[in-house]
Amino acid sequence: MVLFLAGLGFFVLGLVAATVLSIERRVVVASLGGSLGCLLIFISASQVLLSGRTTSFHSSLVLPLSGIDLTLDPLAALFVAMTSFVGVATLVYYVGYARGELRTRTALSLMLLFLTALLCVPVASSAVTLMFSWELMALSSMLLIVVEQRRHADARVAAQWYGAMTQLGAASILLGLLLLSLKGGQTFGDIRSHVSLMSPTLRSFAFVLTLIGFASKAGAVPFHVWLPKAHPEAPSPVSALMSSAMVAMGVYGIVRVGSDLLGGGTLWWWIVVVALGVVSALFGALHAVTSVDLKRLLAYSTIDILGLVLIGVGCSGALSATGHPGDARLTLIGALLLVVAHAAFKGCLFLGAGSVERATGSRSLEQLGGLIRRIPITTALFGVGAVSIVAVPAFSGFTSEWLLLQGLLHGFVDQSSPTLIVLLVGVIALALTGGLTAVAFVKAIGVGFLGQARSTGAASAHEVPRMMQLGMGILCVPCVVLGVAPGLVIPLVSRAAQVGSTSVKARSVETGVGLTLSHVRGAIEPMLLLAGFMVFVALISGAKSLLRRPARTVEAWRGGGDRPSARMQYTATSYAEPLQRVFADVLRPEIDVEVTHAVESHYYEQSLSYESRVDDAVERLAYQPVIRTLTRVGLAARRLQNGSVHRYLAFGFIALLIVLVVLA
Amino acid sequence: MTPAGSPLGYAIIASLLQVVLVALGGPLLMGLMAKVRARAEGRVGAPIRQPLRDLRKLMGKEGLRAHHSSVVLAVAPLVVLGSTTLAVAISPLVTTHPLLSASADLFVIVYLLLTGSVAMALAGLDTGTAFGGMGSSRAITIGALAEPALLVAVIALSIQARTSNLPAIVADTITHPVWSSTPTRLLALVALVIVVIAETGRLPVDNPNTHLELTMIHEAMTLEYAGSDLGLVTLGAAMRLGLLFALLMNLFVPWGVATGHTMLALPAAVMFLTLKASLLAVVVSLIEVHSAKLRLFRIPELLAGGFVLAVLAVITQLVAR
Repeated sequence: MVLFLAGLGFFVLGLVAATVLSIERRVVVASLGGSLGCLLIFISASQVLLSGRTTSFHSSLVLPLSGIDLTLDPLAALFVAMTSFVGVATLVYYVGYARGELRTRTALSLMLLFLTALLCVPVASSAVTLMFSWELMALSSMLLIVVEQRRHADARVAAQWYGAMTQLGAASILLGLLLLSLKGGQTFGDIRSHVSLMSPTLRSFAFVLTLIGFASKAGAVPFHVWLPKAHPEAPSPVSALMSSAMVAMGVYGIVRVGSDLLGGGTLWWWIVVVALGVVSALFGALHAVTSVDLKRLLAYSTIDILGLVLIGVGCSGALSATGHPGDARLTLIGALLLVVAHAAFKGCLFLGAGSVERATGSRSLEQLGGLIRRIPITTALFGVGAVSIVAVPAFSGFTSEWLLLQGLLHGFVDQSSPTLIVLLVGVIALALTGGLTAVAFVKAIGVGFLGQARSTGAASAHEVPRMMQLGMGILCVPCVVLGVAPGLVIPLVSRAAQVGSTSVKARSVETGVGLTLSHVRGAIEPMLLLAGFMVFVALISGAKSLLRRPARTVEAWRGGGDRPSARMQYTATSYAEPLQRVFADVLRPEIDVEVTHAVESHYYEQSLSYESRVDDAVERLAYQPVIRTLTRVGLAARRLQNGSVHRYLAFGFIALLIVLVVLA
Repeated sequence: MTPAGSPLGYAIIASLLQVVLVALGGPLLMGLMAKVRARAEGRVGAPIRQPLRDLRKLMGKEGLRAHHSSVVLAVAPLVVLGSTTLAVAISPLVTTHPLLSASADLFVIVYLLLTGSVAMALAGLDTGTAFGGMGSSRAITIGALAEPALLVAVIALSIQARTSNLPAIVADTITHPVWSSTPTRLLALVALVIVVIAETGRLPVDNPNTHLELTMIHEAMTLEYAGSDLGLVTLGAAMRLGLLFALLMNLFVPWGVATGHTMLALPAAVMFLTLKASLLAVVVSLIEVHSAKLRLFRIPELLAGGFVLAVLAVITQLVAR
């Protein structure tokens, strides 16, 4: 805990540096301070994960009335370690990325505040501390979205959506935590000891209220609408932090409140969680396939992966509630490992999208192409992230999804039909999203980085500064390590997954060269698989080079037509068109075809315009009507205010009368 | 899972045998299918070993690289062939104890094949031509829609065997012969046949013989390949076909697979496997003769059918217990 507090101290130093130093030095010094802080915090979290010893800290100096309570237990330590790792990478990246508004005191301080808040959320061990850091996290990230609003006109709208949704979510969490604190104190220790006194209805109420808030932060459909707006519009290091660490806090909250504070709860809670996860995974995966904006694609894929995590968390809760703590824990290990893996690869991908935007001036896939020759290093690093998310064996995505699948698969031992149905639906959602994720990222790489440049920006792209590459590179390390040698991390994750019932003799994952499940037959040895693959590739390419036939470069086949131009390539829209058509009922694309006929004859067309747009159907059908109604009410209320002092005096008089009547 | 003390030498020899068998057998299966089809249509057809001769011819030719292509175009054939070879080496084709049999998880095999598909799809986009993009888009669409049916069918088998380890499933089916005729297996079998037809690009999903621009899928994606690179890609596709046919047969009719550690059992196992795979090839090519290629947008319906069957397989397994 001392190290953790010392780390926070470095953040304060960084904040001071950000406000005091000149514009030339402040970015580097503030980022250095933050990185050192992250490093110390990472060490303190690792200590807790390695030893399993919980440490805590209480101070009544910081917040009046309640004071702050911080507890670093294994579950919190996992999220803290993950966040601090991503934090170092984004701060390093920030040094190369910061330009214009991002070098101002405001932006730098907000960035450090945001990171501090992210690190404090999992450590908070009282309702007040949690809400304080939660709100700090929400407000600092909201302001970071609008830092660059002069250049990104959509940022303001995105921040409004984000602000509204996050405040509604926070209000919901606050209500839930208030309900939990009714019987006694507001620290988590008090809540744990008093929760058995609460009536089941009250407990369910509290769970559902907190679930709404946390699920909204985790981007669960239908509370996700802010995410595909806010994540793309934020500056890329902020998007990376939001998409890798902040959404994970939603998952953390659900596990903390549901499994830990409320001690597991009943089956239907977790069925709701799985349902949210299934809808999010499918919805996110489909929209990622059709997205054209690179960062929007990444944002929807965040919804997809977090959906899978929620499926894991929900199934784990369901298994635990029906008396299978061993399988529950295995599933939770898989889900938590997926959170960690997602933080690494999605952070790397968002930073990569920022590099692409910096290099080409655009993040629309329709404006990119041919980047592999212009910015090879960024392409390679982005490729590592993409390969991980597609779950290629021996990368982090595969290992975590495999573990999650094994957990679900062996959960089928349970005999009760609700659990079976939940598991079945979860497994099916996992199967459905796998292929779709592959399409989304083949599209992102194939259209964005391969082929020919589609715009002058892409044709004249230049490699980004070294610090930006380094930031991405740092996040590529866990993508590979978690995939090749998951045994290094699994013991730590499995300690974190030991929430709630700690005395259970649980099914464990044995780690050697690979992972072996105890009690059931299941194992993977990614390192050996990778070695085998390497041997075969070496043999094949060796055999091929024996042929001594160097390849000759020629013009691509053009089918007797003109020289192939960049405009003849498949675009991102056309690449996803078959799937968009297959899933038209869900995606509801809006397609406008406008045909102008020639004056001479109706049978000839003079011009034809085709426009296809895939909007968020949930936003259109569920949120827009509410917004329209609110706007109408607001406009009607405006008529009450015509600026006349007399009328306002009359209002005051009437109000006074009402008060008197009511009191009398 | 490999029992403790499984002899390493045996595993290496068995795995190498499997690789050689599939590398030769895959192209021969393609030749056999073309032959059966030709005969059924009243033609003589090319000899069965024609695909092997084609491969030898391609390997001797010089490679061509298109302008605007990158390292992806050159590396993709290696990835496809490497991942397929690895999948062949660790799968229980002639023995239940090949190399790395502990890692021969069904999900590993599925995702190794997916890795190959992803590499090919990227290679299709790499040259920046319309054909490559078209083939890539179509192939990956079909792949993405076949994936759920494949995974769910695989999950149905895993629930029945209580493991997703492939050699263990095959070995257990040999010791529990009843399993191979349970409703779960039969439903999963039909689902897997549909998936295999889609994944290997056979009729009615894709026509391997077409070079008509509007109907090509796999051929369009590999249009920019020539010479030895094309040879590798073709060999990769043939091995994939061999692997999927052999796996399909071993999952449902596992008899003949060597379960012990004696080398003597291997030749018989090779014979059995060859027979089983050839039988499946004949059946599939007879189906091909009698079916026309589906419109691209009717294919999802076929794959959805496969998916539903796979889900039913899981449900029957859960109900049957």
